[in-house]
Amino acid sequence: MAKPKKDPGLLAVFTKGIIKENPVFVALLGLCPALAVTSSLETGLGMGVLVVFVLTLSNIVVSLIRRLIPEEIMIPSYIIVIATFVTIVEMLTEAFAPALFDSLGIFIPLIVANCLIMSRAVAYASENNVGRSAIDGLGMAVGFGLALGLIGLTREFLATGAIAYGVFIPLPVEGAILGFDIAPLNMEVFVGPAGGFIVIGVWLAVFNAIGLYKSRKRKEAWDRWVEKKKREKAEKKKQKAMESAGGSA
Amino acid sequence: MSPTVFFVAIVSSMLVNNIVLLRFLGICPFLGVSKRSETAVGMSAAVMFVMVVSSVLTYLIYYYILEPFEIPYISTIAFILVIASLVQLVEMFIKKISKKLYKSLGIYLPLIVTNCAIIGIAETNVREGYATEYGVLPGLGVATVSALGAALGFALVIFAFSTIRERLEAADVPPAWKGIPISLVIAGIMALAFLGLEGLV
Repeated sequence: MAKPKKDPGLLAVFTKGIIKENPVFVALLGLCPALAVTSSLETGLGMGVLVVFVLTLSNIVVSLIRRLIPEEIMIPSYIIVIATFVTIVEMLTEAFAPALFDSLGIFIPLIVANCLIMSRAVAYASENNVGRSAIDGLGMAVGFGLALGLIGLTREFLATGAIAYGVFIPLPVEGAILGFDIAPLNMEVFVGPAGGFIVIGVWLAVFNAIGLYKSRKRKEAWDRWVEKKKREKAEKKKQKAMESAGGSA
Repeated sequence: MSPTVFFVAIVSSMLVNNIVLLRFLGICPFLGVSKRSETAVGMSAAVMFVMVVSSVLTYLIYYYILEPFEIPYISTIAFILVIASLVQLVEMFIKKISKKLYKSLGIYLPLIVTNCAIIGIAETNVREGYATEYGVLPGLGVATVSALGAALGFALVIFAFSTIRERLEAADVPPAWKGIPISLVIAGIMALAFLGLEGLV
């Protein structure tokens, strides 16, 4: 139960970015792209993939140069590292996924100002070794991508009643799943700006509610666990006393 | 080029394409510093200043350095570097000339580097093609005016939002909705209202 707080395993470093410290729903970082490019599942996931590349690579490089950079020019240097990877990723997207490039538009260069990437560089990569930083960046970015995918899924489904695939991300197949032909029920407002704010707000409230519920449960479970340990200890003591009594006899 | 171009540019970037609610730029400060209306005003002033100056600088750099040397693909790196150093410079300058202004504005300045509204406007100015439409120098005027409009739009929305949030603090909100979730839903309703301005220009 009581894991050592210091030095968590690599798996824990990876998974904390997905659930416990999810960048969008817990830390509220990178909300601009989370609102702007999530009008469909694919654009959200596409942005997630780009951020996976940028954040992992920038964390690796920042971690490699962390001892060479004086503290006064830390932020400008890190921002140059990030901007370089953003430019590379921008060119690659334009070459290999032009539809995604067009739909993300200005938000690809804006990855550079995504507070998630800067905050991981300053808070994690500048203090940890390369392997750990890479895993941390990967986990955080995957958490970010999944959150964007979830928001995109919700908005696209509410707006069109279906989830299209193969439109923006170049897949060998193209089509739509969950196609409900319920045109009067489609709420186009959810593709628009207002829908983005409302969907994220509602998801945040849902996760908050789950968090509140779980922390209450955890407190109850903790109380039970303490009780159990106390009982076990008492039993052990009794057993020991009996054993020693038996030995001496 | 008639003066109406400037008027249209300012109204369009301030209201019709509001930077926060309809273009999703600068959400972090929009949520982060809108708890009190005084901090919202301070942040808006800092943003307005940096946005106008940085859009002039990045525009000039793009058309007089990057384009002639045929390296517009490094615009992201160049722009963010300009913005980061401009913010540093402004911070030092304000600290030197007025301690009082620094106290009220200075704490927001470092936050501006990661404010995507600033670099977003710099990129938009170039992408909109003002230079090809009006010529490089008149285009600079349009770009500056629309940057000013965007900053005014930012100020308008963040101030309105902060006053709403101040009143919200006294309201009885369910625990799961407290804070950011309810604020986001309110921002959504504000965005709906701004949608009504579509087609104004």
